[in-house]
Amino acid sequence: MSTQATTRPSPPARSDAAPAVEVVDLVKRYGRSGPLAVDGLGFAVRRGEVFGLLGPNGAGKTTTVGVLTTRVTLTSGRATVAGIDVATDPVAARAVLGVVPQRPNLDRSLDARGNLVWHAAYHGVPRARRRALADELLERMGLSEKAGTNPDELSGGQAQRLIIARGLMHDPQVLFLDEPSTGLDPQARLFVHDRIADLAASGVTVVLTTHDMDEAAKLADRVGIVDHGKLLALDTPSSLVAALPGEATIDLELTGADAATVRGRVGELRGVAGVDDRTGETDETVRLRVRCDGEAGAALPPVLGAVAATGATVHQVELGEPTLEDVFIDLTGRGLR
Amino acid sequence: MSAPTRTVSQGRAFMGVLGRDLAVTGKEFGTFVSQVLVQPFFLLFVFGVVLGQLGYVTPGYAQLLLPGLLALNAFFVAVQATAIPLVIDFSYTKEIEDRLLAPLSTRLVAVEKIVFGAARGLFGSLVMIPVGYLVLDEVNWQLSGLPIAAVLLVLGALSGGAAGLCIGTLVSPRKINVVFALVITPLLFTGSTQFPFLQLGNLRWFQVLCALNPITYVSEGLRGALTPAVPHLAGWVCLLALVASCLLFGAIGIGGFVRRALD
Repeated sequence: MSTQATTRPSPPARSDAAPAVEVVDLVKRYGRSGPLAVDGLGFAVRRGEVFGLLGPNGAGKTTTVGVLTTRVTLTSGRATVAGIDVATDPVAARAVLGVVPQRPNLDRSLDARGNLVWHAAYHGVPRARRRALADELLERMGLSEKAGTNPDELSGGQAQRLIIARGLMHDPQVLFLDEPSTGLDPQARLFVHDRIADLAASGVTVVLTTHDMDEAAKLADRVGIVDHGKLLALDTPSSLVAALPGEATIDLELTGADAATVRGRVGELRGVAGVDDRTGETDETVRLRVRCDGEAGAALPPVLGAVAATGATVHQVELGEPTLEDVFIDLTGRGLR
Repeated sequence: MSAPTRTVSQGRAFMGVLGRDLAVTGKEFGTFVSQVLVQPFFLLFVFGVVLGQLGYVTPGYAQLLLPGLLALNAFFVAVQATAIPLVIDFSYTKEIEDRLLAPLSTRLVAVEKIVFGAARGLFGSLVMIPVGYLVLDEVNWQLSGLPIAAVLLVLGALSGGAAGLCIGTLVSPRKINVVFALVITPLLFTGSTQFPFLQLGNLRWFQVLCALNPITYVSEGLRGALTPAVPHLAGWVCLLALVASCLLFGAIGIGGFVRRALD
């Protein structure tokens, strides 16, 4: 033990060697007999990676991020950030991680700059550097003109950018973003996406949760698909999609027959890899996605023929390629939103 | 690539969190002082001056009342400074989350809340001294008792901060009004602020109630230190009771805080 202590590298070097985030057999149960919010989850995030946790509401994403950011105590398993065990040494973990929570929690007793400056004070950033750093981050987030504004008077997008700036004030090694663009308008969403891409380029490891497939596909290097507290799949978005049976999709909107009948008929066709029912609860028409091998154009005539044979009328046809959403439906058998 | 890990002592984080609270108080200083002064000023004016001039209370009554009001403010301003923001923070705004994510143990964030509440309570108590000198014709304090009076006020304020932490973490926002009516008002009148504890012999049940109120020991201790002519409890009893109250409320309050802060 003592010889190990002398040869062991200093703590920062040790943490540089570890994965940015590691979760092993993580279990979280709320209360003594509550349901399992996280049920044996495990994954590792590489340094400098943008990692997306994708899943429907209630899948356990926020709980997982809560454990990693020391706000939720784990029931069993292990979770580390930059090599630091969050359960045994939460104080050290807080120094190396930044958090952008799902709900805005800006300090409304302080103005925008004050939120950044005091956050830096909590994290021991030297007094002389705090203000310059705050101004620099306000500038980067396009908030220079809002430095003296109370958080109450910021728009949703501005508040979200300020929260991201706050999370970066202490130069964290890993930034956690929980549903970073929920409730933002398209412009604000794009701005936040660009900032996340910038962060990744500057070497910060980013872990984000989202229920938005497009967001995950666009931002994340790798995506972990989570449902019922379990990891269903983990890979790059393109590999996840490529692993699906079928190379192209045909979306159909039709009336005059029930989904099961049409699925049965179309599913028997040669060249069709699968048929997903995408009919929403409030939809008046049946929506189906046909996944086909080879080109969609070649599969289209027999598919339409099979649909017509059931007596259904097709209202709309759309050809495309499978997305993460198809991966999700393939894994869980249900739509995400 | 990534900057070297900054090893921050928890002491610096603690000072950062305390600094934020003090800075916010500084920004609203005028509001704070008026909040703190209005109630005790009127108590002092009506009981010390008005009733005295009308002849309903004896001239010496103000001497008895002023230390009681210092005690009351030390405890109550501290209770309010910790309890009310915590109820709102934990239930609605979640503004405290950023401080819970500081590199500081959650228990120390709770301790900071007590210390900050106590600082406000102590200030609220001290500003009563010039008010007393202005409102009352004469204030005869035994100056040699000031050091022990200061210790008593600090303990009273810490005890109030800890009691505020209990209320702030155990009471839901829907019930805070009820709690303030059912707990705060009785505390206000059972703290031996307006009467000497030892002379309650004929109202034994009330004396027992007063003995359960930490403010009693601040009031009585202050009388012993500053106006020893008024009958009062022994100093060591007061100190002991206040230390016990700090420890009891502190333990319950910090436990409650940790439960609210972590899921």
